[in-house]
Amino acid sequence: MTRMFKLPVSVMLSGVAIALFIAVTALAPVLAPYGVNEIVGISWDPPSLSSPLGTDMIGRDLLSRFIWGARVTILTAAAATLLACLLGASFGILAGLRRGWPDMVLSRFVDLVMAAPTLILAMVLLTILPRSLAFIVAIMALIEATRFYRLARLIAVDTAALDFVESAYLRGEKTLWIIFREILPNGIMPILAEFGLRFIFTVLFLSTLSFLGLGVQPPLTDWGSLIKENKDGLLFGITAALLPGVAIAVLAVAVTTMVDWITAGENGGQ
Amino acid sequence: MTTSLLEIRNLTVRAHGNPAAPLLVSDVSLRVERGTVLGLIGESGAGKSTIGLAALGYARAGTSITSGSVRFDGIDLFQESESYRRALRGQRIAYVAQSATASFNPAFRLLDQIIESSLRVNRLDRGAAQERALTLLDVMGLDARTIAMRFPHEVSGGQLQRAMTVMALCARPDLIIFDEPTTALDVTTQQDVLKAIQHAIELQSTAAIYISHDLALVSQVADRIHVLRHGCTVEEAPTIDLVTRPSTPYTRALLEAGVHETTVGHRDAHVALELQGITAGYQTGSAIVRDVSLAIGRGETLALVGESGSGKSTLGRVVNGLLRPRTGRILFDGRELAPSIHNRPLADRRAIQTVHQTPDTSLNPRHRIEEIVGRPLAIYENLGRQQRKDRVGALLEQVELSPSLARRFPAELSGGQKQRVAIARAIAARPQILICDEPTSALDTLVARDVLALLMRLQAENSIGCLFITHDLNIVRSIASRTAVLRHGQIVRAGYTSEVLAPPFDDYTGKLVAAVPTLPRVDPEPALTLKWNAG
Repeated sequence: MTRMFKLPVSVMLSGVAIALFIAVTALAPVLAPYGVNEIVGISWDPPSLSSPLGTDMIGRDLLSRFIWGARVTILTAAAATLLACLLGASFGILAGLRRGWPDMVLSRFVDLVMAAPTLILAMVLLTILPRSLAFIVAIMALIEATRFYRLARLIAVDTAALDFVESAYLRGEKTLWIIFREILPNGIMPILAEFGLRFIFTVLFLSTLSFLGLGVQPPLTDWGSLIKENKDGLLFGITAALLPGVAIAVLAVAVTTMVDWITAGENGGQ
Repeated sequence: MTTSLLEIRNLTVRAHGNPAAPLLVSDVSLRVERGTVLGLIGESGAGKSTIGLAALGYARAGTSITSGSVRFDGIDLFQESESYRRALRGQRIAYVAQSATASFNPAFRLLDQIIESSLRVNRLDRGAAQERALTLLDVMGLDARTIAMRFPHEVSGGQLQRAMTVMALCARPDLIIFDEPTTALDVTTQQDVLKAIQHAIELQSTAAIYISHDLALVSQVADRIHVLRHGCTVEEAPTIDLVTRPSTPYTRALLEAGVHETTVGHRDAHVALELQGITAGYQTGSAIVRDVSLAIGRGETLALVGESGSGKSTLGRVVNGLLRPRTGRILFDGRELAPSIHNRPLADRRAIQTVHQTPDTSLNPRHRIEEIVGRPLAIYENLGRQQRKDRVGALLEQVELSPSLARRFPAELSGGQKQRVAIARAIAARPQILICDEPTSALDTLVARDVLALLMRLQAENSIGCLFITHDLNIVRSIASRTAVLRHGQIVRAGYTSEVLAPPFDDYTGKLVAAVPTLPRVDPEPALTLKWNAG
């Protein structure tokens, strides 16, 4: 309890920022003044009371589009990261525990994926595959899973060498018990830290893909597509294209600060 | 009036952060005269190293010296600037740490690292410095020319520790702080290194502070001994007086802990575990254990002794099934056991339990004590939650711990308590064979004695056969009815302990026995002299 009172200001601000992003994501239908593709004015309308950020080239409300875009960006990135974590961590721990040929095959496959430049790999895959949200999530998850795999495998190899895992084997514990009760509790912090970091990278990754036109497709929109559509508006004094960039930066700082604080508190807590 | 070389007066050191935490060092005063050796003795947490570092004019990060003074040759170190103190270190005060491996740069040859401070501090030219280093290596009993040109990873731990002493001596300091310089070495090497250190400091008439937790060891080098406990001085006296007529109960207890009472039980005719012609090794390379045969009776303790690397622990891993032997059979109760743990049924797993060396790694830091101790009950006896809870409480009482500790995590217990939990976990399975791999070597002397006594009591009460792996012959004498001496994976001598550890010896056993530092018995008569050899 005493920790609450010693909460650093940076952590408090990060908490507020994260709560805001979650609220926007969850409450987009309530918060957004208009529908995502509703045309409310003329092309490149400057900011006004009815549309505080102005309108885009075909007269859609930019604030509404930003809010709807936040929802798509955050949910897609979260889903991809979660999937990547589950996939990477379970295969990683299994490989680290079992060693032998399964480890060999999985690790070399992961090396192969990691050796290819991620953006180019994703672009090639998305040019030949359908650009639906499900595929985008799957491709990003696959690429990010390699990072989780490496980390989880390392944790498993390290922890499996400790006497308490040896004891569990000797006692006759099942593999699932060893993974979930012996190894994971001791490796959850680095994986959590990696999760925060990877989530941010996934947001950036998705935005990049969308900016290049390979990511989220209309009628849906996300922050990357917003930048792409509105970069010309900068000429007309519509600064909406900058907003998603600011949002990504704030989200990145908030999440990493939070994760830092959680993991540091855990390590120094003894 | 001449000043002492080092004079520490009323030193108090405190850790930052928690003002309620006990002082690391509290009001300690000591002095070291030129050319003499002061032994600093105490259990872990006694503040030995903190005092050693203070003598260098250094306070570890997170600690600060709140009062007192450290005078070196009349200079008050903490009144001087950090750059002045830094210049003093290496030149006039040197430090030899416990782990030599961490103190050498793996990328340079030993000679270059040894002479570095002589070049910098004494302004010797390269040739003269090398000359001096080679002479000192010679004095330390090393083959100077070959060792000097090697890289740190190419020499053994004992050689590296000696090279580090040479590094400290090379700049001809007035004072050397030895911080447990032989603790990480095994017994025989430890003795060689100690003698070499003693010889070299006598030759240069260097003064030294020798920090250790091993009273018997320190009594061989030190002129005076200063006993510390919880950061406070217990007593200080000339070595001979301290070991023969200790004036405080604590020192007396430390002395007595080295001399174990003999509580050897006698062998049951029934053989519980038998190894027949075991040869084992890891996937690649030659066998680590070769053609070992031995038997343990029900309720009997068999000690397995040998230097590090002799294959003791490997044999333990063969017995509990973690390492499949290349050849040979393991018989339990007259029946052959599956060579690999994966093929052993639960009943066999339960019958053979292991107590590891360090409870820090053998207890999962994320599990509560009740889960650690209760797990074997869940697996082997299918006990329900409440029954398990009751049994855990009873087991904790059996290992002399309060049942209220059940809700704690391992990190909230002391080293001795943790090892008791590990023992409780082993006993919970109601085993017939217990493999103890150096279960007390990571503990302080007094704690180790109690844990050992507990282990022996439980073993006798439940007539458990025990394979006790250790390098400490003092322990062997007091607990094992029979002893097997292992060297390079082969048994070189085996039989009743009283016979194995009595002359005539073979070379190796003789060396092991001679290497054990022993103390004279505490005796009111002051005429006793220190003896080395127990045999």
